[in-house]
Amino acid sequence: MATTKLKRTSLYASGATPINMIQAAFYNEDCIVYDMEDSVPLAEKDSARLLIYNTVRYHRPANKYVMIRVNGLYSEFIEEDLEAAVRARPDAIRIPKVEYKEEAVRICQRITEIEKEAGLEPGKIEVWCNIESYLGMINAYEIATADPRIEALALGAEDFTASMKSTRTKAGLEIFYARNAILTACRQAGIEAIDAVFSDINDPEGLKEDTTLTRNLGFDGKTCVHPRQIDIVNSFFTPSAKEIKYALRVLEAVEEGKRLKKGAVTLDGSMIDKPMELRARTTLAQAEAAGVAIGGNLK
Amino acid sequence: MIVKQPAVAGTLESSDIQVSIFPNPGNGLDIQLQSIAKAQFGDSILETTRAVLAEFEITDAVVSLVDKGAFDWVIRSRLQAACCRATESKFNWKGED
Repeated sequence: MATTKLKRTSLYASGATPINMIQAAFYNEDCIVYDMEDSVPLAEKDSARLLIYNTVRYHRPANKYVMIRVNGLYSEFIEEDLEAAVRARPDAIRIPKVEYKEEAVRICQRITEIEKEAGLEPGKIEVWCNIESYLGMINAYEIATADPRIEALALGAEDFTASMKSTRTKAGLEIFYARNAILTACRQAGIEAIDAVFSDINDPEGLKEDTTLTRNLGFDGKTCVHPRQIDIVNSFFTPSAKEIKYALRVLEAVEEGKRLKKGAVTLDGSMIDKPMELRARTTLAQAEAAGVAIGGNLK
Repeated sequence: MIVKQPAVAGTLESSDIQVSIFPNPGNGLDIQLQSIAKAQFGDSILETTRAVLAEFEITDAVVSLVDKGAFDWVIRSRLQAACCRATESKFNWKGED
């Protein structure tokens, strides 16, 4: 089941470059993803694997949700990547290009086997599946429910649009359906939904527009391609003072209704229904997780 | 383990270290260190180097280290990668349990 632990921003740090890995810990991202995949040249896979292992196992950054992205399911590197990644004890392992439930099941089973071999608590390491093709999107709900350790699905828009033969644009109409399909699957499965990157690191206004859509659709967070995107994205996923105040008023009205044994409760002339109460509780949980001070006694 | 071939791991970028290992049959260990922080951390770098070589049971090799201010775990990682490449062996992950 999804938690309110913050996953607003995920930042990739290449396992090929120590300075990137070291610096990544000093930004404000909630999740740091040490990457064994796309950012690492083929000839450096072994070296990156060891660097990531030693970093996560012995020097993991405090107060971050730490992930390791392994190489593809059908690559020659996946088995050793998993051997290293599990033993490094990250919060999660991120699997690229998942398309079928069976793939997610297989990876989760292998993680369990390695956990047992290594004497680790079984099931503790979560799994994020990157959905990067139309097949992954079509099978999103099956993937999301393939194993209890699956914590999130993350849309990878560049590969997705390539699989669709569509053109990636800043407006993002070409991924609108995929965003909704993946989000719906995650909600039904009770896991987190993470939106695709906004690739132009020199367009903060474009990022704001894109993240407005991300948040309004209902995503829990977004992957960032550059540290300068982090604070902007975080701000969109942190409830404002106005939203917190309104959420508190909603919950106060609900409590008042219970005390007075009212069947229906209103606030400012509008009836408060269950979804409004749920949204109010989510707002306060997000604010609390983000360290925002919340007035009143209701959370 | 026997050093079967010359091998290099790491880069000359900031916060990294470039480790080169060469066969040195019957002549023991010859470790050469260049570091921007040799005065402060030279002994520590050499200690880590000897420890990793011992873990791989490498007793004969020329090891050249060009350090650009790498942290200890980066040094360890680059040494491990270079040792695996030089000995043509896979890293023993079960040994980490």
